[in-house]
Amino acid sequence: MQLTNRSKVVSNKVQTAMEQLYLPGIIKGMLITGSHLFKRRATVKYPEETRPVAPVYRGWHVLKRDENGAERCTACGLCAVACPAEAITMESAERKKGEESLYREEKYAKTYEINMLRCIFCGLCEEACPKEAIFLTDRLVDTEYEREDFVYGKNKLVEKVDKRIDVSKRQTLEVAAFKKLPGLKHNTVWEGKNLNKGKH
Amino acid sequence: MIAFLIYKLILCVVVFAISLGIAAYSTLWERKLSALLQDRVGPDRAGPFGLLQPLADGGKMFFKEEIIPNVSNRFLFVLGPSLVMLTALMTGAVIPWTKDIYVNGHLYSMQITDINIGVLYLFGVVSVGVYGIMIGGWASNNKYALLGAIRASSQMISYEIAMGIAVIALIITSGGTLSLREIVEQQDAGLANIVWQPLGFIIFFVCALAETNRAPFDLPECEAELVGGYHTEYSSMKLGLFLFAEYINMFISSAVMSAFYFGGYNFPFAHELYDALGLHDGSKWIAIIGFGAYFTKIAIFISVFMWIRWTLPRFRYDQLMKLGWRVLLPLSLLNLAITVVVEFIRGNITF
Repeated sequence: MQLTNRSKVVSNKVQTAMEQLYLPGIIKGMLITGSHLFKRRATVKYPEETRPVAPVYRGWHVLKRDENGAERCTACGLCAVACPAEAITMESAERKKGEESLYREEKYAKTYEINMLRCIFCGLCEEACPKEAIFLTDRLVDTEYEREDFVYGKNKLVEKVDKRIDVSKRQTLEVAAFKKLPGLKHNTVWEGKNLNKGKH
Repeated sequence: MIAFLIYKLILCVVVFAISLGIAAYSTLWERKLSALLQDRVGPDRAGPFGLLQPLADGGKMFFKEEIIPNVSNRFLFVLGPSLVMLTALMTGAVIPWTKDIYVNGHLYSMQITDINIGVLYLFGVVSVGVYGIMIGGWASNNKYALLGAIRASSQMISYEIAMGIAVIALIITSGGTLSLREIVEQQDAGLANIVWQPLGFIIFFVCALAETNRAPFDLPECEAELVGGYHTEYSSMKLGLFLFAEYINMFISSAVMSAFYFGGYNFPFAHELYDALGLHDGSKWIAIIGFGAYFTKIAIFISVFMWIRWTLPRFRYDQLMKLGWRVLLPLSLLNLAITVVVEFIRGNITF
């Protein structure tokens, strides 16, 4: 007795004689896998080659120095406040006499740590920074064996005096102009003089 | 006499070394080929092109902890993999690797022993190989291992029948000889046996896949159902012996198939080539070229074995048995009947 017309006929096809031979099917399958011998490999052999990234890629952060080699960061903590992942911590200290060549302003970051496992690489720290001190770069964060090693201190974040890191791709005129919007008053400290020289 | 013993001993060692070497590099080639078939790169870190990978794998196996379960039968547990390896290596003894060489007026055969029941010897040794798997699986005292061993033995026994009947048809077409050397030499004069026995070859090939426990017939070690099958409890180099024996078996069955159906060390227009090069029978160059031809065939067969493994899914157990008993066995009988009738009409056999 049929109650509804919703029942479906299940397909349970009987194999044809050709299908029952299996060999044509097997050969067809083998030709499919065989054709993959000549296809392009998707593999990128990582340490030797890297996948190309966008010029504005957001990776390993850098703490910039100014043109005299003094650290720009004043440990204001705006980046830590802006950070949605709460990955940034820092301790501030007062600049002593004779340290003017090391630190740009009277206050500086004694320690500055970013937990790379917490960081989501959103770039909000960079946006919040009034001193143009922190930038994200296109360098990939290294692999480590211990979780603790992913907490990057100043030794890994501050750029070396003799090995400056170019951030001109991320710090364009448009970005600077955006930072000078009335809503972002704190950024007016930055004059935008050296924008095109790529040396900050 | 001493010289004869030394020459045979050298030949034994060479065949032993070649079997192990080919098996070692088959593992690499298997990984490489599977990678290529799946658009990957495969092992390429150990040495140039990953050529030292088998060494790394072997080293890893040796340094692994050796575990023998408390509840196992210690003697049989060790005997299992040894027997598998022993039988795998023994089969190489009757295979004619290449043509004879004349050195200082003496004829040196490039075959360890040319017994007149070579085919029978092969089948005998291969069936003893089942005991290794069976003993190993049973001695582990593990349900998975036992099930794997039962599967292995029933599968190998089932497929041996169809394989044997396919070979009987082959022996009839080659004039009733059981010596591998004579089977190969006959194909030198005439056409390769594949021309006379295409169905027999397909049956033999499918059965060889099942005999070597290769996919799609790798139910004994079916990891999805049986963890590791008969080698579940094995570790370290004893596991290595099991895995290694599979590759040696693959190598030997490729060698047997090329000898039976594709003329072994012969190849089309071989005599024309030798005449053009001015080589005479017994020259070492003929032996080397023949050896190259034989190994090319073997390499192609090994690659096809692997190609099949990385293409086809595993059979279900009832499908496996059905294929063995209800398809391959009748087909091989049919093949045998046709062969007998044809050979009778041609007058090659009488009653």
